[in-house]
Amino acid sequence: MQDLMLILPPLIVFLGATALLLVDLKIADDRKETVAWIAMFLLVGALIAAVMLLYFNRTGDVLYGFSNMILTDRYAALLDIVFALIGIGVFLLTLRYNRVHQIMRGEFFVLTLFSIGGMMLMAHAANLVTIFVALEMFSIPLYVLCGVARPRLDSEESSLKYFLLGAFASGFLVYGIALMYGATGTLDIATMLKQVERGQAPLLLVIGAGLMLVGLGFKVAAVPFHMWTPDVYDGAPTTVTAFMTTATKAAGFAALVRVFLLGPGAFVGSLVSAIAILAALTMIFGNLFALAQRSVKRMLAYSSIAHAGYLLAGIASVANIGQSANAVIFYLATYAATSLAAFGVLSEIGSMNRDEDHGLERYTGLAKRNPALAWVMALALFSLMGMPLTAGFTGKYLLFQSAVSSGLNWLALLGVITSVISAFYYLRVIVHMFMKEDATVAANNEQYYVSKPSLVMMTLASVAVVALGLLPTLLLNMFA
Amino acid sequence: MIPSDYLPIGVMILLATGLACLVVLISILFGPRRRAKNPVKIASYESGMTAIGLGQRRFPVRFYLVAVLFILFDIEIVFFYPWAVAFRELGWPGFVSMLSFIGILFVGFIWVWKKGALEWETMDK
Repeated sequence: MQDLMLILPPLIVFLGATALLLVDLKIADDRKETVAWIAMFLLVGALIAAVMLLYFNRTGDVLYGFSNMILTDRYAALLDIVFALIGIGVFLLTLRYNRVHQIMRGEFFVLTLFSIGGMMLMAHAANLVTIFVALEMFSIPLYVLCGVARPRLDSEESSLKYFLLGAFASGFLVYGIALMYGATGTLDIATMLKQVERGQAPLLLVIGAGLMLVGLGFKVAAVPFHMWTPDVYDGAPTTVTAFMTTATKAAGFAALVRVFLLGPGAFVGSLVSAIAILAALTMIFGNLFALAQRSVKRMLAYSSIAHAGYLLAGIASVANIGQSANAVIFYLATYAATSLAAFGVLSEIGSMNRDEDHGLERYTGLAKRNPALAWVMALALFSLMGMPLTAGFTGKYLLFQSAVSSGLNWLALLGVITSVISAFYYLRVIVHMFMKEDATVAANNEQYYVSKPSLVMMTLASVAVVALGLLPTLLLNMFA
Repeated sequence: MIPSDYLPIGVMILLATGLACLVVLISILFGPRRRAKNPVKIASYESGMTAIGLGQRRFPVRFYLVAVLFILFDIEIVFFYPWAVAFRELGWPGFVSMLSFIGILFVGFIWVWKKGALEWETMDK
């Protein structure tokens, strides 16, 4: 019984999603909003369960369950909360976007819930097999979700690319897990950690962990495993992209934190330097490629690659493991809030125009057409840039601080330089929104309106961005 | 992890590749090498059917759907056999686990049924 309590949040999501699959059969096609609301209700339940896990385990003990396959600690509970909130935010966006784009299907919500459940399970993983199962659980629904706008070719292409490359990456991950098992004779991360701490890190373990790094690097879109990202993020429906940039990234990093920061990886020097180099490459190329993008959606895809680089810098900082893990989880939460705000604007623009064209000219003069949308977008972009007083700044500050305290000064410096480069492409969008006139707008003077659920979501996300920027201790106290 | 432990495996690999090459080589050297120019030779065997059209043709996607569904529900047997073998040892916890597994599968079955994936006539719609 206690085992089940430990994974109550994912359990609620899984059982609820399974039941929702049947409920959905009874709901008519023009009333699928009901399914969305039920799904949100389930996520609120999971949210309460996660808060309870946090509350009843105030000492922050690591509790194990299911023969040490599952654990619950503060990070797991916090990530559960992050995943549930991301899910609620995305579902609020779907109410308008999916209806306009004719992808308001019951399966959309059920699949997203299954994916969220897998991600929560990933946060609770204490065993390499659990990590693999959780990874597949959240990936397979995502492959389908990318292609949910089926007659549209972009969406189909996105789905197929993600599926083929994702399956390939899973292969790397499983091979890595097999080699790590061969090297240590266990799949339990804690046992593996003890062996490595005693100074037993055979070459086979290092190779296995390296292969795992490739598999997980694919999921979090780290350079050089990022090739799929722009096409998949661009082609998928905007609500799915919003879900993928925030939740998939958080789930991938949850696994990286478990295996590489809190697990055996942190004690193997060559792995740590490999992650540092990956972080550097990801920061540089993510930001440089983003400079050349004319589509805001593609730009945000490359921006999400760049942010994976900053997060990897946190994974490579192993001097004070607790501090780095806090920084990574904090950054994931702030990035989720920021990215959801930005994609909220994108989905509203996509609903207004009834297409998936997110060229810069679509954002020209947005401040005139709808000031609220323009300001939310500006705030999100400032936060992505790392502007002080926004959540993005605090997150980056914490990450670079842990990098410096681990002697990775060059990586922190590179992070600051690439953040400055990123200002160029973020500011370009802001200039287009506020300082340029759109001739066609002046002609028909059409105003954009924002649907209420999306407005609620964007307001909450913006408040979170400002609050975490001004008072980061609100969230950081929960780690202590 | 002494290298000499792997010697038998190395010998095995050498023998296997060597034998495979040898067999191919022998059949190239001594085998009959007459090309099938004779029309009788490439015709169907006397009790076989005469070929109609090409082997690569389009056929309805429903066959794939049925095949995929078949695999989905067939693969559960893979889980049933080990459970059945260890039925007594696993006891009630094993029974409950299997029941919840079947329960989840059953939900999927109902969904597939209600969505009309099992109706051959209306499947395309």
